[in-house]
Amino acid sequence: MGVSPEIKVQLYQLIYKTRATEDRLLALYRQGRIMGGVYTSRGIEATTVGAALALEKQDFLFPIHRDLGAHLAKGQSVLNILLQYLGRGNSLTHGKDSGIHASDMDLNIIGNVSHLGAMIPVAVGAAMGMKMQGKKVVALNFIGEGGSNIGDFHEGLNFAAVQKIPFVLVIENNQYAYSTPAHRGYSCARLSDRAKAYCIPGHHVDGTDAIAVYSVVKQAVERARDGEGPSLIECKSMRMVGHSAHDDAFYVDKKLLEEGSKKDPIVRLRKCLIEDELSSDAEIAAMEKAIDTEIEQATQQALDSPLPEAHWASEGVFKP
Amino acid sequence: MAEITYLQAITEALQEEMARDPRVYLIGEDVGLYGGAFKVTKGLFEAFGEDRVIDTPISESAIVGAAIGSAIVGMRPVAEIQFADFITCAFNQIVTNAATLHYRFEIAVPMVIRAPSGGGIHGGPFHSKNPEAWFFHQPGLKIVAPAMVRDAKGLLKAAIRDDNPVLYFEHKYLYRRIKEELPNEEIIVPLGKAAVVRAGSDATVITYGAMVHSSLQAADTLAKEQHIETEVIDLRSLQPLDKEAIMESVAKTNRVVITHEATLTGGIGGEIAALISEEGFEMLDAPIKRVASLDTPTPYSPMLEEYFMPNAAKIAKAIEDVVRF
Repeated sequence: MGVSPEIKVQLYQLIYKTRATEDRLLALYRQGRIMGGVYTSRGIEATTVGAALALEKQDFLFPIHRDLGAHLAKGQSVLNILLQYLGRGNSLTHGKDSGIHASDMDLNIIGNVSHLGAMIPVAVGAAMGMKMQGKKVVALNFIGEGGSNIGDFHEGLNFAAVQKIPFVLVIENNQYAYSTPAHRGYSCARLSDRAKAYCIPGHHVDGTDAIAVYSVVKQAVERARDGEGPSLIECKSMRMVGHSAHDDAFYVDKKLLEEGSKKDPIVRLRKCLIEDELSSDAEIAAMEKAIDTEIEQATQQALDSPLPEAHWASEGVFKP
Repeated sequence: MAEITYLQAITEALQEEMARDPRVYLIGEDVGLYGGAFKVTKGLFEAFGEDRVIDTPISESAIVGAAIGSAIVGMRPVAEIQFADFITCAFNQIVTNAATLHYRFEIAVPMVIRAPSGGGIHGGPFHSKNPEAWFFHQPGLKIVAPAMVRDAKGLLKAAIRDDNPVLYFEHKYLYRRIKEELPNEEIIVPLGKAAVVRAGSDATVITYGAMVHSSLQAADTLAKEQHIETEVIDLRSLQPLDKEAIMESVAKTNRVVITHEATLTGGIGGEIAALISEEGFEMLDAPIKRVASLDTPTPYSPMLEEYFMPNAAKIAKAIEDVVRF
């Protein structure tokens, strides 16, 4: 399936923005301005951005902790993400939850819980609920190769398959789940083969190729929208950073890091834009500068934003 | 209007709310074609169709998770856990997702989970559980446990109309054993309000579920044999808890027995006792007594189960103890 030049340029901007925003988050973390964990996605941006961009506005995105790129691709602002990480009172969760654990119903983004896999049945249910209301809406959820081993993966995907629910599950196989290498998580070579267990389509994609990810996910999303049920897509990449900012990842196989360094999604897509003459060095530089400026302004605005009021902690447990 | 059973009251509530609001639907194992393991959902599949009464695989976590997801986007699911014992398979979805979505994201989860709970039916360890205490400890969940036919109907209708996740623990022992004639009008019983099912001045029994009936039995016996007049408070809602009703009765009688069929240690009775001790210490003329099941799994053989569970005689003894303190 052909991907338009406009989409390719958009993919580049979003991947660059993801990398730049995460670099800023890491800087803020090292300055001691971010209290909690910071999860970055160096090497995985093509997967998170490529998959989320394949969704339409009315589709539901269910990201997990490393999917900042997906939030951006769905239309979220850098400012909102920074406010979240800085725990400000005017953040999407008013300081109640951290990092990108945030929802935005204007963008149809539902934030995650920390329990990996727990969003799978919920995402399936959201798609089911929209189907019940006659809406042609697809829900997309991410899971890591590590998280894919939890029970909810099976229950959620099986339920979606048997009920033919418009759901797409993208496995971000970045080869490490915290310190656990993939081969200690499961016994087979390809997680996409699990699709056979549910008699749904399974795809295996180079997760560092944004255009390939976008293309495969788009097909799966439209297939779901047409009423043909769920798909499982495994996107392979390499986690080029530790599990979180505090983790120096000493345990990672150096050979895998070396391989991964040759497949940087930004480098790959930039090369593609130049070679296919979809953009020039100058145009790309201009795009990047604009993004850098946006992030700079957002950072200042976020730092200047007020903290929550302490008593908010006791409010909002129930809807009145 | 004819008399209906506790079970029929639940069916009526489901039927009425489904007819009233097209967003209300049922989801669970064997709820559709089969009409439910206890026949609570009998007739609803025929009346409302397969899109609104959904038979699922054996996947409690997916059943509840999907119900939550659908509730987020505007549906009003009534999920069924076939036996309350199996609710543990959906525990994470309930306490992690359902309970916290509004606090974290101001996203409402208008979901009801119905779970037949309780013993006395020779069900053994895994068909007799009263699991409410686990969920009582998780902020963000409402919990109700009707003891009466009218409340079985009214609380379920109120729960379905509530925009928050509500755990509805119906007691399977009561299904066909109690009947009541209900008035021909809309019955909504508000969440968070207890009922004084028997007025008295000598002691207060605070209870819910099947033990309401055992408590009334105990109160009757004590009134006849010892002229002890016991006030019985049917909590009906566990979360929110009607603290006002509790304290009002404590002020009136000064002597308290708390009884629930759930096991003793860590049961809700402990929380109620602490509450009364904190806020009503000076009103008490005796220590608070609790009557509950033993701290064991539910045994199967009838004489073992009888020994395990509270009953009217054990409750009467506790009432006597606080009255004579």
